[in-house]
Amino acid sequence: MVPGRSRIVGDSPVRKDAFEKVTGKARFVDDLSVEGAWVGRTVRSSEAHARLRAIRFDPAFDWSTVVVVTAADIPGENVIAAIADDQPCLVDGVIRHAAEPVAVIAAPDDRTAGEALRHVSLDTESLTPVLDHESSDQALKSYEILKGDVERGLAEADLIVEGTYRVGHQEQMYIEPQGIIAIPRQDGMLVQGSLQCPFYVHKALTRVLGLAGDEVVVAQTVTGGAFGGKEEYPSMIAAHAALAARKAGRPVRIVYDRREDVRATTKRHPATVRHRTGVMRDGRIVAMDVEVVMDGGAYVTLTPVVLSRGTIHAAGAYRCANTRIRSRAVMTNTPPNGAFRGFGAPQTLFAVERQMDRVARALGLSPLEVRRKNLIGVGDTTATGQLLTDSVGAREVLEAVATAGNVELRHAELENKPRVDGAHLARGLGLSVYLHGAGFTGSGEAHLRGKAAVALGRDGRFEVQVGSTEMGQGARTVLAQIAAEELGVPLDDVDVVTPDTSIVPDSGPTVASRTTMIVGSVVREAAAALGAELGAAYPSLELRAAAREHAIERGPLRVLREYRPPPDVRWDDAAYRGDAYPVYGYGANVVEVEVDLDTLQVEVTRCLAAADVGKAIHPQLVEGQVQGGTLQALAWGYLEELVLKDGRVQNDRMTNYLIPTTLDTPPIETILVERPYVRGPFGAKGVGELPMDGAAAALASAISQALGVEVDTLPATPERLLDLVRGSR
Amino acid sequence: MISFVLNGQPVSVQAGGLSRLIDVLRHELGLTGTKEGCGEGECGACSVLVDGQVVNSCLLPVCQVDGSTVQTIEGIGGDDLDLLQRAFMEHGGTQCGMCTPGMIVAAKALIDAGGAPSLDDVREGLAGNLCRCTGYAKILDAVLAAAAARREEAT
Repeated sequence: MVPGRSRIVGDSPVRKDAFEKVTGKARFVDDLSVEGAWVGRTVRSSEAHARLRAIRFDPAFDWSTVVVVTAADIPGENVIAAIADDQPCLVDGVIRHAAEPVAVIAAPDDRTAGEALRHVSLDTESLTPVLDHESSDQALKSYEILKGDVERGLAEADLIVEGTYRVGHQEQMYIEPQGIIAIPRQDGMLVQGSLQCPFYVHKALTRVLGLAGDEVVVAQTVTGGAFGGKEEYPSMIAAHAALAARKAGRPVRIVYDRREDVRATTKRHPATVRHRTGVMRDGRIVAMDVEVVMDGGAYVTLTPVVLSRGTIHAAGAYRCANTRIRSRAVMTNTPPNGAFRGFGAPQTLFAVERQMDRVARALGLSPLEVRRKNLIGVGDTTATGQLLTDSVGAREVLEAVATAGNVELRHAELENKPRVDGAHLARGLGLSVYLHGAGFTGSGEAHLRGKAAVALGRDGRFEVQVGSTEMGQGARTVLAQIAAEELGVPLDDVDVVTPDTSIVPDSGPTVASRTTMIVGSVVREAAAALGAELGAAYPSLELRAAAREHAIERGPLRVLREYRPPPDVRWDDAAYRGDAYPVYGYGANVVEVEVDLDTLQVEVTRCLAAADVGKAIHPQLVEGQVQGGTLQALAWGYLEELVLKDGRVQNDRMTNYLIPTTLDTPPIETILVERPYVRGPFGAKGVGELPMDGAAAALASAISQALGVEVDTLPATPERLLDLVRGSR
Repeated sequence: MISFVLNGQPVSVQAGGLSRLIDVLRHELGLTGTKEGCGEGECGACSVLVDGQVVNSCLLPVCQVDGSTVQTIEGIGGDDLDLLQRAFMEHGGTQCGMCTPGMIVAAKALIDAGGAPSLDDVREGLAGNLCRCTGYAKILDAVLAAAAARREEAT
């Protein structure tokens, strides 16, 4: 980038979708008026594991007024296409988790649909469910990462520190529940809805409906938050709605209410992580032996890739010559777990960050000192042997929060403060530093080759055409900024078309912190090529004028490009070694808490979040990502707890699965660090998931200091803290 | 027949008195700016003003607004937008947009109350409106900025 040239990138213009959102004009799936649309409802199992003998339809209800879809009505395959293709669209034989879909009912209105639902019962034979991942022997995937010689490293260490860490489910709790409308057409099916990955839904529908690719069209509606929760599950709802629409011969809309959404859709994977760390007296880590077990739930969904990311991130942002990470995901008869911001990394990073505090304590060092001594930097290799060569902001983010939070002094002050008998409040400070791989893991981007197009329209304006979705994060604005900057035209001249599989190329899913960095780089290339073509056609005109001339004289023009993986990025899938990600983002947090010693309620009094994002294309949106992600991470740490009993979700409402309100939220002080990544557009790296990775560990650390215990299990609810405090006395 | 003033216009609806106000607004009157996030008064996405007070329209039977004044997001601002809407746009107070109408409605009640709300006043005033995207910081910034702009306009 030429210094001084940038006018749009690095600025924070009003986001493209702001007007429609602040006026209430934005149309979400439940807001669309579709002529003749019926309402779809889902019949679900109440048991976690059972043989389905029959679905009984009470003759007291007039079944001629509704349409019922069961597995027998599926024209294609009874499968929701994913990694393993093991999950049925509708149960046919065996129920594997509570809230599993068994049938779909479509009716002219809500009342009739609800009435019909109450007249269906399942005739089942109960089977014994597996409910605890630590005792499940049904491994669905495992990995092993080896570097150096871990046994020798442990043997040579002055000290071995051990710890076991546990984290629970987390519900995405986007404010807009999931929903899809399926509209039958003469030549196939149109599906519109709240979703992250239109091409995932497209593929799933062709398989279930037995239709060709061009007979299925998937279009995104304004999507009210997703956080991974609308990555794979919309395929299920789309399949149900489409099957019902096909049978009813009319549009069918399925919009979940909150309770159904919480009961049935995917969550963050619970995990258990064990660490054995070999350290020298001077603070150097010489061996890390890590074992990870994740709970996949009843079907494979995206678990292998969640486990992969969790495994690769398990050694944290530290250099260590001898590392072994062994991981496995197991199946249980609980609702399948799937994508959630961070995608396995928050679980293993929580564990390694808590382990670092334990190491610090064992050595008599401060948490900051032990991190400073072992932090990864340029010239170091990661656990998979990836040599870090540039754009490594680990030290900058750590020092930024250390300085802003006055961590050295403040931690010592709180550590040495005498415990006062009869005190009602205890204070503590915690620190974390972490990294997050941006883009798909390993050879993912090379296989995918995400595409993007930039087009000149008849009106002389430009349109970015990508499969990447706007779900609140600001993709529509950022991708437009990248194209406008590259073309050298005002931002108002560029829009990003709403994804529709019949119009946009497949850019790959909107996941994995890849949209700005990977898709954005392809958008930039396409914009550059389009600009060059226009420049060649009208060499005497500046680009905006050339565009108008071209539109008038020669018509529209479209340039399509696809991602070309850098030739020096190498990954060995068999050995699980090499360049796991094109680049990493780095983050650090400082959290201060006050714990009420009577109720053990935790209040976060201060939270700092530093993020190395390469280059902030739109600083305000980046801050929004950091603040929002950090709050989700804090809440996972102490507030959000999914309760299952016999495999059934017990707290399926916002009144008993709590997410933070304004009153639970501390000011989150954001520090953006920019260590440009040469292959990212204008230096940008991915940022979406990074802020989810470290605040829970810093919070647990702060609570640990306040109470003089080790908080190793999340969430740190008052009940759990009471057990810890009692145990330590 | 239930009659009330909706966004400045008198309306009458033929709805069961126990129908939820949100359903009447969205389905009978076609005002889909009011959103449903939980259906039990927890998330505040369905916030509307009834006689100037913030209420969750998912909890209110429509018969209770008979003779009242109801304001929804569609009744806030005109072609040139309300101060609050402009502040949400400028300060990054909206991300996915699902909580935004309710958030702006609740903030409007706060600002219309006048005075100079402090940060804690705004946090208190918006405590019934959940947002999962923003971490609230930019929403609070927007509301404080709008309150300041309102005071400037008034002087």
